[in-house]
Amino acid sequence: MSIKLITALTAMIPMAAQARSQLNLPQGVTEISNRVYDLHMTIFYICCVIGLVVFGAMFWSMIRHRKSKGRKPATFHENVKVEILWTVVPFLILIGMAIPATSTLIAMEDTSEAELTVLVTGSQWKWHYRYLDSDVEYFSLLATQREQIENKFDKGENYLLEVDRPLVIPTDRKVRFLVTSDDVIHSWWVPDFAVKKDANPGFINEAWTKVDEPGIYRGQCAELCGKDHGFMPVVVIAKEPAEFDAWLAEQEQIAQREKEEEQRLLAMSMDMDELMELGERVYLGSCAACHQANGEGIPGVFPALKGSPMALNDMQGHINIVVNGKSGTSMQAFGNQLSLRELAAVITYERNAWGNDTGETVQAADVNAFINE
Amino acid sequence: MSTVVGEVDQHDDHHHHAPSGITRWLFTTNHKDIGSLYLWFSFIMFLVGGSMAMVIRAELFQPGLQLVDPHFFNQMTTVHGLIMVFGAVMPAFTGLANWMIPMMIGAPDMALPRMNNWSFWILPFAFSILLASLFMEGGGPAFGWTFYAPLSTTYSSDSTALFVFSVHIMGISSIMGAINVIVTIMNMRAPGMSYMKMPLFVWTWFITAFLLIAVMPVLAGAVTMVLTDKYFGTSFFDAAGGGDPVLFQHIFWFFGHPEVYIMILPSFGIVSAIIPAFSRKKLFGYASMVYATAAIAGLSFLVWAHHMFTTGMPVFAELFFMYCTMLISVPTGVKVFNWVATMWRGSISFETPMLFALAFVILFTIGGFSGLMLAITPVDFQYHDTYFVVAHFHYVLVSGAIFSIMAAAYYWLPKWTGHMYDEKLAKTHFWASLISVNVLFFPMHFAGLAGMPRRIPDYSIAFADINQIVSIGGFAFGLSQLIFLWVVIKCVKGGEKAPTKPWEGAEGLEWTVPSPAPYHTFDTPPEVK
Repeated sequence: MSIKLITALTAMIPMAAQARSQLNLPQGVTEISNRVYDLHMTIFYICCVIGLVVFGAMFWSMIRHRKSKGRKPATFHENVKVEILWTVVPFLILIGMAIPATSTLIAMEDTSEAELTVLVTGSQWKWHYRYLDSDVEYFSLLATQREQIENKFDKGENYLLEVDRPLVIPTDRKVRFLVTSDDVIHSWWVPDFAVKKDANPGFINEAWTKVDEPGIYRGQCAELCGKDHGFMPVVVIAKEPAEFDAWLAEQEQIAQREKEEEQRLLAMSMDMDELMELGERVYLGSCAACHQANGEGIPGVFPALKGSPMALNDMQGHINIVVNGKSGTSMQAFGNQLSLRELAAVITYERNAWGNDTGETVQAADVNAFINE
Repeated sequence: MSTVVGEVDQHDDHHHHAPSGITRWLFTTNHKDIGSLYLWFSFIMFLVGGSMAMVIRAELFQPGLQLVDPHFFNQMTTVHGLIMVFGAVMPAFTGLANWMIPMMIGAPDMALPRMNNWSFWILPFAFSILLASLFMEGGGPAFGWTFYAPLSTTYSSDSTALFVFSVHIMGISSIMGAINVIVTIMNMRAPGMSYMKMPLFVWTWFITAFLLIAVMPVLAGAVTMVLTDKYFGTSFFDAAGGGDPVLFQHIFWFFGHPEVYIMILPSFGIVSAIIPAFSRKKLFGYASMVYATAAIAGLSFLVWAHHMFTTGMPVFAELFFMYCTMLISVPTGVKVFNWVATMWRGSISFETPMLFALAFVILFTIGGFSGLMLAITPVDFQYHDTYFVVAHFHYVLVSGAIFSIMAAAYYWLPKWTGHMYDEKLAKTHFWASLISVNVLFFPMHFAGLAGMPRRIPDYSIAFADINQIVSIGGFAFGLSQLIFLWVVIKCVKGGEKAPTKPWEGAEGLEWTVPSPAPYHTFDTPPEVK
């Protein structure tokens, strides 16, 4: 339900932030991003002027000093004064560039006195956001339909730049991001904030922003992180502080309710059709990127589930690998990503789809029992 | 080039009894033969790596996935990079060094001819292994040519072992080639040729060879650690075992940045030979050219972390690497100014080698400007890992290094083959390449600034128009290189007879021997005044 709410909200917020230039850096919506933009333009113009002088002299020679015009070559081949001049002058220009660059950099790296901290965790191929001072955390997955990627449907306006649950942050408050990864190196990037920070497994990086205008801001993973590197966008919604506080409180309540709901559902069992229907949905969302929709995986990279001994015989092993992952491989621990119901359904689906017809069902209670063992 | 021997046999060649057929090429210790082998090999690799670029550009022609799946796309970007760096650019320079350094310094051959043979002949094996790994179950390397851990360790397919092995062989080949260059230059210069009389191509290669010896072992260390992390349970790059994935990047770029200059310093030497020849005027500032080259080489060891600004370094380190990187533009600027001053008040003509050299100066300088922009840390956060970077390094590598190699080929083809190349066809090649290379790489700057990350098989529809233009430029550039192949084959087979010195303003010992250069040159060292 909450997902639908956010998606609906996403659609309603004015698109002002999206009207960004397609040929240049975005100016962005923070003081820092504006300083970065100014620095970028300053250095660009300096390069243009130098280019004009150097290429101008070159083309002058090419036009005026041609053999076909009967020019006789001069004989000079060194001039100490000129050579010192064109060593010293560029050096001074560089110092002129380095001063504003240094002060901007120092400001960018000052993460002190943040009012809100969000832990950003990358994994193949999604982002996870956790609000450190409250009980709210969730995954943020690509929301573009596979059919659009495979050219079966028309591509939407935000093709590959849309997620199911965007990160929400307040405007006018300093927000600190702690960035890390569960597997390979990713890089969390929002151009409008001029924030790009690598997510290194086992280490935590810091970055910060203070957004001036409410809006939706889109970015992408910037570090090659494997097969679906191109399919893990970053979407951030900036809301007015009061609106944000209300949102966060609501999310806390929703999280609480979902936990209670889950405990209640443990007592109920689902029939095969229900499990298979939910399982297929979860499988396509969380598993198919590697194991493929047909369950055959990619030989040598991602193992097949179709006909795999684990999916056919070893039920405890199957629950274990889905819940806890397999260290040293791309197989993630889904125990903290999916609800008990979803885990049960997807395991059931994997044991009965593509001719794996074991006829066995796994219930939420079974998964719960395994976790609590 | 294979006609060299036939031509030479008509000259007097009393002590040469070369085997014929394939064994001539397998067993040859002649620097000219080995130079030709390197050059042909690098051209084949250029076409192989180029065809992978065509796959990449075809997939990126439109948004959506059309031709290849993302895993194969990643293999294409990875192997394209590896082949172009280690298979095309570096062997081409080694080929030019083999052909030209002995002739330029008045030596009869390279100092270590048997090692020379070996350093070439292990290369085809290295690249066969790399290319064969693409056909393995799970595919070839798919972690980018920079093979960042842990993507290349824990999360890679089993072809990684083959990748590591082939990189080791490439490294051994490069190190042997570099040793040979240094020993030759230090010991075999003709009487009277002091260091400060050496042609700049010799100087730049001399410095490049030291860079190679310094950093190829670092690369070997990096791949070995990847191998042991993946297969033997070490944790150099795994935090869970006390390692650090960012350590990999420090090691890789400590190799990688000097490597960048390994691929451009010899270009500086080539252009410093060609611009004076066609300006009919001595090179301006010879001594400062030598010092600038040495300064660039020295600084190249102090800038590696500018590839890693987003990995989370202390501010102090970011500032240090930013300042050092900016500093490199000073000696590089000196070189560009010297070339322009060489042309100034010269008597310029525009044969194909000169056209490529001039395009080199302009386009390499544009690559230098974007390099300066990338050095500025706060802005680099925005540029890093986008198409802006892709545009930058293709400007310095394609319209830089590769254009200089083309310039060198046209400049010395008459000396190698004894025939003049077809000037009209060569100019067609030049203009086709010049236009298409800019259609290919210039719009990439815009895509990157607008926010398109590199190494993605599919992109937001906002980038659709730019990518379409880029792909069209890519196909055109790829096809244009077939004209080059045609020109070279035509020139090897025949053509107008080349005089000893076909270029009016050319200087150097290579222009004192007949064209084609006899199989053995300078048996008796010339006297240099």
